[in-house]
Amino acid sequence: MAQRYRLDKGGRIDRDRPVDFTFNGRAYQGYAGDTLGSALLANGVHLVGRSFKYHRPRGIFSAGAEEANALVQVGEGAATLADLKATQVELYEGLSARSVNCYPSLDFDIGEVNSLASKLFPAGFYYKTFMWPQAGWPMYERFIRKAAGLGEAPLEPDPDFYDKRYAHADVLVAGAGPAGLAAALAAARSGARVILADEQHELGGSLLSGRDEVDGKPGSDWAAEAERELRANENVRILPRSVVFGYYDHNWIDILENLSDHLANKPADAPRQRMWKVRANQVVLATGAIERPLVFRDNDRPGIMLASAARSYVNRWAVRPGESAVLFTNNDGAYAAALDMKAAGIKIAAAVDLRAEAEGELTQAARDAGIEVLAGHGIAATEGHKRVRRVKVAPLSADGRSLAGEARTLNCDLVAMSGGWNPTVHLHSQSRGKLRFDAELATFVPDRAVQAERSAGACNGTFGLADVLGEGFAAGEAAAEAAGFSVEKAPRPQAGNGKFLPARWLWLTPSSKPVGHGGKHFVDFQNDVTAADLQLALREGYTSVEHVKRYTTTGMGTDQGKTSNVNALGVVSEFRGVPIEELGVTTFRPPYTPVTFGAWGGRDVGDLFDPIRRTPMHSWHARAGAEFENVGMWKRPWYYPKAGEGMHEAVQRESKAARESLGILDATTLGRIDIQGPDSAEFLNRVYTNGWKTLKPGAIRYGLMLGEDGMVMDDGVTACLGENHYLMHTTSGGAAEVLAHLEEYLQTEWPELQVYLTTVTEQYATAAIAGPNARKLLAELTDDIDVDPDAFPFMSWREGTVAGVWARVMRISFSGDLSFEINVEAHNGLHLWQTLMNAGEKYNITPYGTETMHVLRAEKGFIIVGQETDGTVTPVDLGMEKLCSTKKDFIGKRSLSRPDMQDPNRKQFVGLLPDDPNEVLEEGAQLVETVKSQPPMDMVGHVTSSYMSPNLGRGFALALVKGGLHKHGQKVYAPMPGKTIACTVTSPVFFDPEGERLRA
Amino acid sequence: MKARYSIFSLARNALSSHENWPQAWRSPEPKKEYDVVIVGGGGHGLVTAYYLAKEHGITNVAVIEKGWLGGGNTGRNTTIVRSNYMWDESAALYEHSLKLWENMTKELNFNVMFSQRGVLNLAHTLNEVRITKRRIHANRLNGIDSEWVEPEQVKEWVPIIDLRGNGRYPVLGGSLQRRGGTARHDAVAWGYARAADALGVDIIQQCAVEGFDIEDGRVTGVRTSKGAIKAKKVGVVVAGHAGVLANMAGFKLPINSRPLQALVSEPVKPCVHCVVMAGAVHAYISQSDKGELVIGAGTDAYNSYAQWGSNPVTEDTLAAICELYPLFRRMRMMRQWGGVVDTCPDASPIISTTPVKGLYFNCGWGTGGFKATPGSGHIFADTVANDRPHPIAEPFSLERFKTGFLIDEHAAAGVAH
Ligand SMILES: Cc1cc2nc3c(=O)[nH]c(=O)nc-3n(C[C@H](O)[C@H](O)[C@H](O)COP(=O)(O)OP(=O)(O)OC[C@H]3O[C@@H](n4cnc5c(N)ncnc54)[C@H](O)[C@@H]3O)c2cc1C
Repeated sequence: MAQRYRLDKGGRIDRDRPVDFTFNGRAYQGYAGDTLGSALLANGVHLVGRSFKYHRPRGIFSAGAEEANALVQVGEGAATLADLKATQVELYEGLSARSVNCYPSLDFDIGEVNSLASKLFPAGFYYKTFMWPQAGWPMYERFIRKAAGLGEAPLEPDPDFYDKRYAHADVLVAGAGPAGLAAALAAARSGARVILADEQHELGGSLLSGRDEVDGKPGSDWAAEAERELRANENVRILPRSVVFGYYDHNWIDILENLSDHLANKPADAPRQRMWKVRANQVVLATGAIERPLVFRDNDRPGIMLASAARSYVNRWAVRPGESAVLFTNNDGAYAAALDMKAAGIKIAAAVDLRAEAEGELTQAARDAGIEVLAGHGIAATEGHKRVRRVKVAPLSADGRSLAGEARTLNCDLVAMSGGWNPTVHLHSQSRGKLRFDAELATFVPDRAVQAERSAGACNGTFGLADVLGEGFAAGEAAAEAAGFSVEKAPRPQAGNGKFLPARWLWLTPSSKPVGHGGKHFVDFQNDVTAADLQLALREGYTSVEHVKRYTTTGMGTDQGKTSNVNALGVVSEFRGVPIEELGVTTFRPPYTPVTFGAWGGRDVGDLFDPIRRTPMHSWHARAGAEFENVGMWKRPWYYPKAGEGMHEAVQRESKAARESLGILDATTLGRIDIQGPDSAEFLNRVYTNGWKTLKPGAIRYGLMLGEDGMVMDDGVTACLGENHYLMHTTSGGAAEVLAHLEEYLQTEWPELQVYLTTVTEQYATAAIAGPNARKLLAELTDDIDVDPDAFPFMSWREGTVAGVWARVMRISFSGDLSFEINVEAHNGLHLWQTLMNAGEKYNITPYGTETMHVLRAEKGFIIVGQETDGTVTPVDLGMEKLCSTKKDFIGKRSLSRPDMQDPNRKQFVGLLPDDPNEVLEEGAQLVETVKSQPPMDMVGHVTSSYMSPNLGRGFALALVKGGLHKHGQKVYAPMPGKTIACTVTSPVFFDPEGERLRA
Repeated sequence: MKARYSIFSLARNALSSHENWPQAWRSPEPKKEYDVVIVGGGGHGLVTAYYLAKEHGITNVAVIEKGWLGGGNTGRNTTIVRSNYMWDESAALYEHSLKLWENMTKELNFNVMFSQRGVLNLAHTLNEVRITKRRIHANRLNGIDSEWVEPEQVKEWVPIIDLRGNGRYPVLGGSLQRRGGTARHDAVAWGYARAADALGVDIIQQCAVEGFDIEDGRVTGVRTSKGAIKAKKVGVVVAGHAGVLANMAGFKLPINSRPLQALVSEPVKPCVHCVVMAGAVHAYISQSDKGELVIGAGTDAYNSYAQWGSNPVTEDTLAAICELYPLFRRMRMMRQWGGVVDTCPDASPIISTTPVKGLYFNCGWGTGGFKATPGSGHIFADTVANDRPHPIAEPFSLERFKTGFLIDEHAAAGVAH
C-alpha cells in the first residue's frame, strides 16, 4: 500500500500534492513537503545504505544535516549528485535516487563479507599489513581503491551554473529556529539591516518538529507570524535553503543558497546555487543543537535512530517510523518522543533509561501515559539484520560499567535513542571562538567570542523554550545595539521551559562482553568506527584526540563527526581516565556541510575564468587567419599562416619580409606606466640600473629593472614626455607585477618621493613597422613629423598626426631594423593598422606575430625577460654590465656585490650555432661539455631560445652557459634522446652587430 | 623489541581482540639532559632523530613537540612526492629522498602507503612548455625519470580532464614522473616515531620550546614548557615557526611564513588515478584511497601564523578545478584547512649550521617539503652528528643568502608542491 506508514492527519506536508519518485529503481510516492528520508519511511523503507568499511546495512538515522548513514546518489548523467543525505533532499516530482557503496545491490551486498572478517580489520589495520612484498603495494592499492568512495562523480560536464553575491548586514542571524527568529525580530525592529539564513526550506527549526506552544499558540504558528513580520520589513533579507557554512576573519560569512535542487523543472536560465559572501557588523549564531546517539552494542541497525528524529518524523512529516518502539535514553527530554509516538499510535515496548532514578517532568508524563520505564537499564544487544527486530535490555551496575542482572528481550522495529544534546558550535568555533566543557550538559558550549558574534539558544547550551526565546531576543537586541541602533526591549513571548535534563552521562553502555569481544559499539556510523577501535588507538599510544581521530578515522566522514565527535571524546576520556575538558577538541573546519565546487567557482569559469585581453586590432588579425598566443592575459597574434602554410613556413616568410622590406607588428600589449611628479627622474634612477637624470624630453632610453636580489625582473624603454613626465614600457606579461613592485617601493620604502604612477596600457594602440622601408611608409602618412634621420634619430619620439589621427611615434626597435612604433589612441588602433596595411601594400607590408618577433630579436641577440632570464640571471650574466651605473644606487645593486655574483663560472648569455646548419635545437635542451654514455652528466647550461633563421640561412640559438662570456668558439653538446647535437658557442648577436640598420 | 606488524600478527592479535598490541611509542617525561634535542615532531624532525640513532649511534635523543606529533604541515599537506626538480642541487636532494621513500614501508615495518601512481605537471602556456622541457632534460641528464607527455597522453592518464581549457589555459602537454606519487602523511610521522622510539629516542609531545640556553656562542640546552632540558646539540625543525625559533636564538632567517591551504571533497569512486598539478592556475589534484579528491591551493598573499587559508584562495583554486575538470563542478568540498609554510626567497630549503655553535636549522621547505621528509632528515642527522653540512646539504646552507648562490626553483614551479 502506498505510504502505509503515513499518519492519517497532521504533519507539514501537502496531502493535495502527491509526488512520485524512485529509489533503487522502485517507484514510490510521497507528498510535497517531504524529504527523501521522510518519504522513504512513509513507505516503510528503512534499509537505505551500506556502511563504508563493513558494508553493514544502514537505515535512516536522523532527520537533518547530521545524517551519517542515509547517503544517496540523486539524479543520473551529467546532473547526478553524489553523497547527498536523504534527510536533506527535498522531494520533487520525478526524483530518482539510489543507494551508494553497495554491489550488486543494496539488499545483497558482496562487500558484507568484510563484516565477517571484521576482526582482522581493526582501526588502522592497513598500517600493519599489505607490506609484503613491498613491491606488491600497487596491487593491494588497486584492490583497495575498488572499495573506495561512496557515490559517483558525474561523468559529463555540469549543465548548471552558479552565482555569487556580496552582501552587507548590520546583523546576520544564522539559523531560524526560535532563537534565530527572536534575534532577527529584535534586530529588525531596531531598523538594522538583517540577514536571516536557514538551511531548511521552512523557517521555524525545532518548532516545526515539537508540540510546544508560544504565546498560547502552536510554536509553528508563532514562527509563521514571526516570518510574516520579518518579510514585511524591507531591511530584512530572508534566505531559506541557505546553509551558513563558513565563518572567516573579520566577520566574513559564507552562505550557500540552494535555488533549484528541489524543483522538478529546473529553470535553464537560473543558477542552481548561489554563494553569498556576507560582511556582517554583528553575527548571531542560532544554529541549534544536534542530538547525541548512545553507544551500545550493535547500535547501527536500520530502525535505530535518534529520538528527536523519530519525533520529527511523527510530528513534522506525519510518518510512523515503526510499529513498535523502544525508547533508549539517558535524559528526561527524550520522553517527549515516546509520548508523541504513542499519541501517533506507535506501540512503546518500553523506555529503557540509563538513569538509576528516572525522574523528570516528561518521564513522569510517560509513566502516567502507561509507558513502562526501565530505570537503570541499558540495551545490551540488538538483533535483526536489515531492520532491528528485538533488543535485549538489562539492569546496570551502580557504576554503569557492567550488567547487573538478567537480560530481557523486547520485540521492536524501532529504537529511538537519545544521549543528550550537542550544541552546534561549529560556526562559533570556526570564528576562533573558544569552547568550554559544560559538565551539567556533558558537552562543549561556546565560551569567549573572538569576533563580533554571539550565540543564542540551543547552540549556546540553552534548552528551555522560554529561555531560548529570551536569549534570542536579547542577542538580537545586543547585536543591533552593537551595530549602532537603538533598541526598545520587546516583551518576551510566553512558553514552557522544560529542559532535557536531568540526565546520566554514561559514554558506553555495557553489554555481556567487554567492548571489542562481541558485537560492535559504533561511535562513528559512516566510517564504521567502534568504541573498541578508539580503545585500540589509545592502547597503541595514539592518545592525542587528533591522533585518535586520524588513526581510527572517527569524525572524518561526510557528516564530519556531527554525531560522533563528543561520544568519541567521552569514550576516550573514560578509557584514559582523563576528564574530557583536558582532552581538548579537534578543530572545526569549514564547511559546516559540504559545499559545491561550482558555487565556489561561481561565474569565474569559462570565458570569465581569467579575463581575456584583446587589442583594438584583434578583429583584423582574426580575419587575417592569425593563430594566437596567450601572453599574460593577452591574445597576441602568434603567426599569420597563408593557405597551405604551417607555422614554420609562415614564420620564415614573415621574418624574411620584415628584414628585406617591411613588416608590421601589433605592439599594443606592452605595459605602459605614466610617471609624473617632481621626483620622477630620481625614482627612475632608483628602479632601473642605469642613469636617468640626463634624459631630455623627446628622448627614449632602455632600462633594466632588477629585483632586490639583483636578478633581472623586467626591461623596456622609457620615454621622457616632458619635464617630470615619463612613459615607462614594461613587458606584456609583466605590467601588473612591475606596477605593484613600483608602488610597493613608493608606498613603503620611499614615501618621501613625489611620484605618481598611472597604468595607461589600455589607452593606446601601437603598430610597429619595421624594415628598410619603414621610414618611407611613415613619411607617406604624416605631414607634421619630420622623419629625417637627423631630425628623428634612433631612441627618440615625436608627436604629430599619422594617418589623420593624433600619434606619438617612437623610433625604437626590437627587430634590429629601422623601426617606428606608432602609438595612437586605442579607438584609432584599427584605423591606423588598416591605413598602414593599405599604404604599405607596395612594400609588400607583411604582418608578423610573436614568433617572428622572437626570431628577429634573437638574431639581434635581444633578450626576452622570462625566456632568457628565469629569476636567476643578473645584468652581468647577460653581458649588460655597462648598463649598471657605478655612480648611483639602484634596487638590487647591493645583491650584485655578493661573492657568487662575481663568480666567472656563472651561467652567462651566449649564442649557439649547431654544427649542422639544418638543426634547430629544442628550447630547454641542456648542454654539456663532455658527453657520457649515460647519465648523470655535468650540465653547463641550457638553450633559452632557438629558431631556424631565413636571414642567417641556418638554425641558431641563444643559451645560458657557465662562463659563456669567455667561451666563444668552444664546443658544447646537447645530448638528446637518440642523438647528441654539437654546437659552437658564439656571441649572441648574429645580425648587424654594429647596429647600422637600426640607426639607418 | 617492538612487535612486528604483519598480516600474521594481525590475525594473532585478532584472537586476543587486539588487546595486546604494544604502544607504537612511549610517552616519557623529558630527561634532564640529552646528547641531541630535536625541536619539532613533524616528519623531518622524527626522521632526523631516527637516523641519529640508527646511523650515527646517537640514541640519547629527544624530539620535542609543542603539540601532537605530525600535527604541523606533515599532517596537513597534499602528500605529493616527486623528485623531478630542475637544479642539480635540488634534484640530488629530492632524488635522495625519493629513493628512501621507495623502501620506507619495509624499513619502518609500517605501511606508509607510498603510492607511485605518477605525477603529471601540466604546461598551459608556451613559456611553461619551454620551462617544463628544460626541467625534463635536466632530470634526464641527472638520471631522474621524467618525461614529456603530449596532450593526448595527458588525456589517457586523466580521462576526465578538459584539454581545451576554454582556449585560455589549454593543456599543451606536461611532464610525467612515473615514480612520483602520494603517501599517507600521518603514517609517515607515526612510522618514524615508532621506529625512532624503538631505537631509544624520547618523543615528548605537548612540550613547547620557549628559548635556548646559549653560553659563549654555543647552545647548551632548551627551555621548554616542561622545564629546562640540557643538550649538547640542538636541531630545529619547526617549519612555519622557524623564524620564531631563530629569533629566540638571536639571529634572523630569510623566511616568510604564510598559510597554505588544502581541501578535500566528499569521497567518490576513484576517477583520478594519478597526481595532476597545474601550476599556471594553482590547482593540484589527486584522489585518496578513500575516494576523496585532495586539492591543493596557493599560499595566502600575506604573512601569518594562522593555520587556515583565506576565502579568496579557495575560490580561485576551485574555479581552476572547475575549469580543468568541468564535471567536478557538482562535487562538494567536505573539509578545508591550512598550514603555515616557511618559504625562502629562492623556494629552496635551509639545512644548515647557524651562527650559534651546536645549533642547526632545517627549514624553508615551504609548500613542498613533504616529499623531502626522509632525505631531509637523513642528511640533517648527518649534519648534526658531524657538525658540518652533509654534501647534499652544502648548497642549502644559510651562507647562500650572503654569497648569492641561490637555488631558485620558482621558474620550475609556481608553487613547489
Ligand atoms: C596545505 C599544504 C599542502 C602541502 N602539500 C605538499 C605536497 O603536496 N607535497 C610536499 O612535498 N609538501 C607539501 N607541503 C609542505 C609540507 O607539508 C612541509 O614542507 C613538510 O611537511 C614540513 O615538515 P616538517 O617536519 O618540517 O614540519 P612540520 O610537520 O610542520 O613540523 C614542525 C613541528 O614543529 C612544531 N613546533 C613549532 N614550534 C615549536 C616549538 N616552539 N617547540 C616545539 N615544537 C614546535 C610544530 O608543532 C610542528 O609539529 C604542503 C604544506 C601544506 C600546508
